[in-house]
Amino acid sequence: MFYREAGEFSTSYRDDAQTFPIAFDRRRYYLVLAVGFGVIPFFINDYWANAVLIPFLVWSMAALGLNILTGYCGQVSLGTGGFMAVGAYSCYKLMTAFPGLNIVFCILLAGLITALVGVLFGLPSLRIKGFYLAVATLAAQFFFVWLFNKVPWFYNYSASGQINAPERTLLGVAITGPNADSAVKYLFCLAFVVGFAWIARNLTRGSVGRSWMAIRDMDIAAEIIGIDPYRAKLSAFGVSSFFVGVSGALFFGIYLGAVEVTEAFGINQSFLVLFMIIIGGLGSIFGSFAGAAFMVLMPVLLKNILVGGLDWDTAIATHFEFVIVGGLIIFFLIVEPHGISQLWRIIKEKLRLWPFPHDH
Amino acid sequence: MKLKTAVIVATAMSLCAPVAYAELVVPWLSYRTGPYSPSGIPAADGFADYFTLLNERDGGIGGVPVRVLDCETGYNTQKGVECYEATKGEGSLVYSPLSTGITYQLIPRATADGIPIHSMGYGRTAAADGTIFSHIFNFPAHYWDGASIAVKHILSLNDGDISGKKIGLVYHNSAYGKEPIRTLEEFSEKHGYELMLIPVDHPGQEQKSQWLEIRREKPDYLLMWGWGVMNAVAIQEAANIRFPMENFIGIWWSGSENDVLPVGERAHGYKALALHGVGNGFPVFDDLQKFVVDAGMAAGAGDQVGTVLYNRGMYGALLIAEAIKTAQEIHGVADITPAMMRDGMEALEITEEKMTALGLPNFGPAFAVSCENHGGNGIAMVQQWDAENGEWNIISDMIQSDKEIINRLIMEDSAAYAAENNIEPRC
Repeated sequence: MFYREAGEFSTSYRDDAQTFPIAFDRRRYYLVLAVGFGVIPFFINDYWANAVLIPFLVWSMAALGLNILTGYCGQVSLGTGGFMAVGAYSCYKLMTAFPGLNIVFCILLAGLITALVGVLFGLPSLRIKGFYLAVATLAAQFFFVWLFNKVPWFYNYSASGQINAPERTLLGVAITGPNADSAVKYLFCLAFVVGFAWIARNLTRGSVGRSWMAIRDMDIAAEIIGIDPYRAKLSAFGVSSFFVGVSGALFFGIYLGAVEVTEAFGINQSFLVLFMIIIGGLGSIFGSFAGAAFMVLMPVLLKNILVGGLDWDTAIATHFEFVIVGGLIIFFLIVEPHGISQLWRIIKEKLRLWPFPHDH
Repeated sequence: MKLKTAVIVATAMSLCAPVAYAELVVPWLSYRTGPYSPSGIPAADGFADYFTLLNERDGGIGGVPVRVLDCETGYNTQKGVECYEATKGEGSLVYSPLSTGITYQLIPRATADGIPIHSMGYGRTAAADGTIFSHIFNFPAHYWDGASIAVKHILSLNDGDISGKKIGLVYHNSAYGKEPIRTLEEFSEKHGYELMLIPVDHPGQEQKSQWLEIRREKPDYLLMWGWGVMNAVAIQEAANIRFPMENFIGIWWSGSENDVLPVGERAHGYKALALHGVGNGFPVFDDLQKFVVDAGMAAGAGDQVGTVLYNRGMYGALLIAEAIKTAQEIHGVADITPAMMRDGMEALEITEEKMTALGLPNFGPAFAVSCENHGGNGIAMVQQWDAENGEWNIISDMIQSDKEIINRLIMEDSAAYAAENNIEPRC
């Protein structure tokens, strides 16, 4: 009933190749965008923005980035936290070195710097694969945390090694700093994430994305059919790091406003993003969002239910959060090893046939 | 279906803004889980128990009951932000984050929201400059006072001359642990000692390489800025390399029972700074026993009463309670707002008579907060662990920090903060 192709006619290649070829799906997508941009900003408060939606958007961005590298190109990376740190610290250096520079360019340039660094650290991927590459990227993770602790130039010689985002405006409205309105911060992040998700979607279904997937599926075969593994792998590292760098800049500038590298960009964050894409679905744009929602929002939701709703002791509730989230991860991976996005795909398939599941 | 509805209703309830009652809401960002829980649990218990005592014995403060809002952060900054945003709408009067990282995070937010923060003996040291940090208070003493007092103690052990000595700083590699470095460097110029920095990464369970370095370099004295499980591990490692314990001095956050008990006999002689008196020999503990513990209303497991960090939490609660009283007097209202609370904190005056009346004679220093000075007098003592009797003993008088140098450094740092954030000095 839903998701039916019957009555949908493509009269051009353009129609046929669009991301959401089914009208129902397309309208749902526009509805989500309309709610995101047109409704939520009017009802958002500080709690929803700073504790729920902005972290969700920022982590979605990081998951998108890692999904390009790991999900589409098959290169396992444990350096996400380190690359986020590169994004955050370059954003900070740009913000303080060029106070007149627009915050949008600061964030984009931070992404660009991270992309260059990512390509550099992607070089080993030309020689090593799989677990060995994971270990090489792990080295990047530890190197950057050490670097941003060790070299005071990166944190402008502040006594505590913290970096603080000064207030920056866009069209006269504060985007960073404590006086920024939560709706503005949310919209700013949302615009970035939607824009980059759109780019990611179109990159991954174009020739670049196809070359990544060919490398992922079988690199020797890909080489034989004429795909240059150097270009494919390094471009995946570059694009992925760009996304991760932007997410790091948003994480620092918009979400927290002050970070310290060991805690904010430690190895835990690398694993968190990796878990997001595994649970959400490798090689899926929707999966990046679903995984981020699962890993970031589930603990907040559980906390609100257990402590706020059921009035449990905070320590017991926290321990139970670990148990429940861990249990759900195991449950999901057993029921659907390909992640939430595969679950979503199956639901769509079922809805297509509903209520007559035997009509083919 | 019913369960589902219940869950949805519970979620909706918990996410909606709560209704306002006549009560004084005092949030406490606790951590009873994770690697910092050995430090977080006693402090949270002491804080909650003191307000329970006020509610049960006096019917609250000025007739208005106090509600302690406990929010678990696990010492994690992001969770701390979530806690702050979740609780600030409930009329929260003053925040006690008990984490320097979270305090850094909350300084701009709370200032913008007009809610004061009491980072007692932690947080950003420069917040002692009330002309720049209007809503942040770190009385009765801050990290740089601590560094100065530790150095003064070492000076007193060496008849005032420590030139050529080597002093190591074992510190948590975070904003917290890095705070004293600036001052210790300054003091090393003044007193001529050599400073050796030994960072320990979060969470601090692995310190083998650091102590290998200490064994090789042989510093004469060691200072420690540690927290949570890191403290006990460091003291254990110090015992393993037979470092003389009486030359190992922790900040007031590195000197609780939970830090030395796991090491056993060999922790004997370990020293730490003391912000306040130790043990449960003060009159207020009789009331706590009667109204809180015996009544079965003690927070947590109720087994921490009288430990160092329990007393720390209780002292924090006491200072906040006194500030609430001051605010009520200034504004003539019992049910105060965060803005009134800020005024109360700024006008807070603690005298020895007041402390005696509260059942805590000779517990902490007398001090007065003012518009310019949010950091108190900077007085602390030194305590030493007696492993045989299992108790801390105060071994020094009240030591006054070197205010001349510290105030200059605070001015520098707060001026930099003001320039970064376009803040006009007040007062």
